[in-house]
Amino acid sequence: MAIMSFIFVFFFFSSLQPILSLYEDQVGLMDWHQQYIGKVKQAVFHTHKTGRKRVVASTEQNIIATLDLRSGEIFWRHVLGPNDVVDGIDIALGKYVITLSSGGSILRAWNLPDGQMVWESSLHGPKHSKSLLLTTNLIIEKDNSLIVFSNGRLNAVSCIDGEVLWKKDFEEESLEVQQVIQPPGSDFIYVVGFAASSQFETYKINAKNGELLKHESTAFSGRFSGEVSLVSSETVAALDSTGSILLTISFHNGKISSQQTPVSNLLEDSPGLAVIIHSSVTGIFAIKTDAATIFIRVIGEGKLEVVEKTNHETVVSDALTISEGQQAFALVQHAGSNIHLTVKPAHDWDSNLLKESIKMDQQRGFVHKVFINNYIRTDRSHGFRALIVMEDHSLLLLQQGAIVWSREDGLASIIDVTTSELPVEKAGVSVAKVELNLFEWLKGHVLKLKGTLMLATPEDIAAIQYMRLKSSEKSKMTRDHNGFRKLLIALTRAGKLFALHTGDGRIVWSHLLQSLHKSESCRQPIGLNLHQWQVPHHHALDENPSVLVVGRCGPSSDALGVLSLVDSYTGKEFSSLRLVHSVAQVIPLPYTDSTEQRLHLLIDADKHAHLYPKTPEAIDIFQSEFSNVYWYSVDDDNGIIKGYALKTKCSGNVADEFCFDSRELWSIVLPSESEKIITTATRKLNEAVHTQAKLIADQDVMYKYISSNLLFVATVAPKASGEIGSVTPEESWLVVYLIDTVTGRVLHRMTHHGSQGPVQAVLSENWVVYHYFNLRAHRYEMSVIEIYDQSRADNKDVWKLVVGNHNLTSPVSSYSRAEVITKSQSYFFTHSLKAIAVTLTVKGITSKQLLIGTIGDQVLALDKRFLDPRRSVNPTQAEREEGIIPLTDSLPIIPQSYITHSLRVEGLQSIITVAAKLESTTLVFAHGLDLFFTHYAPSRTYDSLTEDFSYALLLITIVALVAAIFVTWILSQRKELQDRWR
Amino acid sequence: MAPIARLLLLALLSTALTISSGSGDGYTINGRVKIPQGLGTKGFALPGKTSNVKVILNGGQIVTYLRPDGYFSFQNIPAGTHLIEVAAIGYFFSPVRVDVSARNPGKVQAALTENRRGLSELVLEPLRDEQYYEIREPFSIMSVVKSPMGLMVGFMLVVVFLMPKLVENMDPEEMRRAQEEMRNQGVPSLASLLPGGGRN
Repeated sequence: MAIMSFIFVFFFFSSLQPILSLYEDQVGLMDWHQQYIGKVKQAVFHTHKTGRKRVVASTEQNIIATLDLRSGEIFWRHVLGPNDVVDGIDIALGKYVITLSSGGSILRAWNLPDGQMVWESSLHGPKHSKSLLLTTNLIIEKDNSLIVFSNGRLNAVSCIDGEVLWKKDFEEESLEVQQVIQPPGSDFIYVVGFAASSQFETYKINAKNGELLKHESTAFSGRFSGEVSLVSSETVAALDSTGSILLTISFHNGKISSQQTPVSNLLEDSPGLAVIIHSSVTGIFAIKTDAATIFIRVIGEGKLEVVEKTNHETVVSDALTISEGQQAFALVQHAGSNIHLTVKPAHDWDSNLLKESIKMDQQRGFVHKVFINNYIRTDRSHGFRALIVMEDHSLLLLQQGAIVWSREDGLASIIDVTTSELPVEKAGVSVAKVELNLFEWLKGHVLKLKGTLMLATPEDIAAIQYMRLKSSEKSKMTRDHNGFRKLLIALTRAGKLFALHTGDGRIVWSHLLQSLHKSESCRQPIGLNLHQWQVPHHHALDENPSVLVVGRCGPSSDALGVLSLVDSYTGKEFSSLRLVHSVAQVIPLPYTDSTEQRLHLLIDADKHAHLYPKTPEAIDIFQSEFSNVYWYSVDDDNGIIKGYALKTKCSGNVADEFCFDSRELWSIVLPSESEKIITTATRKLNEAVHTQAKLIADQDVMYKYISSNLLFVATVAPKASGEIGSVTPEESWLVVYLIDTVTGRVLHRMTHHGSQGPVQAVLSENWVVYHYFNLRAHRYEMSVIEIYDQSRADNKDVWKLVVGNHNLTSPVSSYSRAEVITKSQSYFFTHSLKAIAVTLTVKGITSKQLLIGTIGDQVLALDKRFLDPRRSVNPTQAEREEGIIPLTDSLPIIPQSYITHSLRVEGLQSIITVAAKLESTTLVFAHGLDLFFTHYAPSRTYDSLTEDFSYALLLITIVALVAAIFVTWILSQRKELQDRWR
Repeated sequence: MAPIARLLLLALLSTALTISSGSGDGYTINGRVKIPQGLGTKGFALPGKTSNVKVILNGGQIVTYLRPDGYFSFQNIPAGTHLIEVAAIGYFFSPVRVDVSARNPGKVQAALTENRRGLSELVLEPLRDEQYYEIREPFSIMSVVKSPMGLMVGFMLVVVFLMPKLVENMDPEEMRRAQEEMRNQGVPSLASLLPGGGRN
């Protein structure tokens, strides 16, 4: 008996191990990680030296990265701060990457091979202005120097250590500097700009010491607009503000002379408003009108000639100097499903250095940018490679008429993610022969056994690792038992929808949405969110599941909405709608029609509700549930939270029977002088709660207050809504509310004095956890509020249950005024937070863990038991048995519980949890610039064998046992025989 | 510009000066991140590799990187209390509270928020290194014995080999008495438990 109890105790302790971590050789087994850089803004090639050829790129997501020119892989990458926008990049001295950022106030140099920052220099100036970076080969005091114009000041900066060698202020209030030019081979610089929009100014400056050599200015009758285009080192082209007169201004030797040419002289038809395209090709500039792109050549003294007029989307690269005095540039044009890449010498429009036609995937949209680079072929002729940025933000390298590599950098800006099931494996349909024969299976397991017994040779280990990572099981295109294989459907900012396989992260399909495509009627389409439109379960298993993409035409909330329905298996957009109303909110209703299409209610800016799908069946279903639909809106700016219900059909237009008027049920107006809403959180709609009762130490029961209408709102003092450190603790406070969104009743309100945002919050079951900054302690804090239903507390009486005098079966309704009690506790937490989420399992039995995205772009799993308001310094024996952890002032950070292990999810934005079919496991997808996916079991995988389970050991044990049975049987028989003979 | 540059240089030379007034409205915070050699050598972050270490001000307001010698600086910082965090894979850094005072610029007031230790100069060192993976224990007989299967086998061995031995070692007299007792008591069977079963 003692042994038995010992064994039990042992099992109990071995299962209580708190950390759920990973061995290093398990990396990549359940998880995948993808790195992106975002939409490239500027690219500079580095191909002169022998060795690895690279391209340095800066992106709209404030990243500087160097990529391998052969494969597109990232060598290194740095993510600058959110306000540190990159203005310009260049390569200096052949070994430093120079970046100018933050509106021209920070200049940094990075070591090209490894990305180490070499120096950092801050440039200030008298006023805000355009920032220009110019690398020269000028040598000032033995240093190679850079010329930077920013904040109204011209600086010469040493390349070696970032020291400012000289500076010159341009303080005239109205001066807008447009270009900084260094004519090749000279040691002076031209600074060209407009003053008061109508005066053209040139400054000639000595590049050695910043001395002003000459200043000229000429006034024009008209006004200038926008950019100027550099035609040669002493000539610029500009447009006047009406967009109808072209000016070519030359300032040879500081003497300004100009020519005015009406655009209509060059073109027969009136082109409408034109704009200059920024380019740097000598002798040629381009203007763009609504209908066409026009290339104009400057001949001699201000004479203009149209060389080409293209009607397609055309993109021009910057000029590239290919040999002494010879420049080339690239043009990319669309023709059907092909793109034409043309490289022309700058001096001769009619000849081509290169003309290639490349088949392009229609789903990538138009070309947005092109960068070219040349190389010398073996026959000493010039070869060209082009880096193109597409509409979907992807980056491609073209060389010799083919796509060498492509990067799907649209995935760096995901707006919303949803999941979809894969198709069911059908009998008769063979999904690739992946099943191995028995011998191979056994061989694999013997190898694994050798691995666990540490008997494996290095080759064996490599073989084992390969076998595990390449397991074709996990990347099949069919549904699995455990629900691990799914499609992650992601909507990106470029308006493209991607489906990623959870097994290995590959892109199954991608689709550039037509509804989110720029057009006449919809000039600035933006994607808002994704919803599961149709999830076939029982009735409509033949149908493919589909997702609903909601967007709107423009950034304001009253812009008209657009909808798309996309098949999740194929990525086909089978329906695309332009709405006649705006979309402020989308409410997926818990009702589906006979084809399992989910009913959705779209609330517009005027608080009308529109029902989708627009079918008579949907309206029938909806009519019966008409009075049960409630929703709320949060107005952050005015601090008003309002609750609504449906009233009647829309009064205005009679024809639309899918439109409903709403009535306001309640409103909470927060005093704007003392409170400003910064965060709200609600429960996930699909969250399952296993039990309402919670057993506590002394055989007592507490009932969780579980309502899907709970809203968490955090407000701060308006003064304290800024950055940390901008207010004193006395004038800042944080107030949190728990509000029932049906009745508008405030269930709980709590004030944290001396605290401020930003607040990250997550609401699940009957608790909310939020993270904020405590100014008094100058540390981050996390608080938990748990809310319990007191009105059910009497149900503990067994007799009442037996007699039937209980209210357990009474429906939970927001209108029954529940008596609630709340418990709360706060703890210190070390890091800043970027995101917070909670694990989600299919039935909600498994205990919960919080997933915390830290400022270091890692995801930390923290057991909810650490955030339990019932923790105390000295828990009683009974409480300890229940699993209550003694109270500590700060939450522990256990390195092994970082689910991202040694990886970073750069620019982390959000963490999404999806329940697998296996109760113990939740699927976690973290996205930002990078994507990271893993399986996570908050209480270990108690319901299935882990991947390391050794079948071979089990088999060997069984065989050994059977053998032992036989041996002992024979032995005992022999003994018996001997006994009988005796 | 030149005074700032000189100040910067000065700060580079002497670590004592951590806060200096820059031009315009802000101040400059200079500091240094020191990752001791040797610490973390068994980790995956290369020791002393500083190119991926980020220094973050006020929860992401400004992000900067380290120079090869570990120095960093934040420019144009308003007076007030700020929080500096260091994000480095493989190391655990405590956030640092830095007070930038408008009255006496140049005065250092920095403290680790984790243990409230004051810093005389802004040199940030990791409190500990972080090991993200469990270490596989080498194969040992004990681990097999301790595993559930090992325990089962052990228990069975005990029953099979030790129990008979125990029985054998018993005093024959005692043994007989025990057997007698057992016979008298009888094996508790279902029949004996049933009413009337005891009479037979």
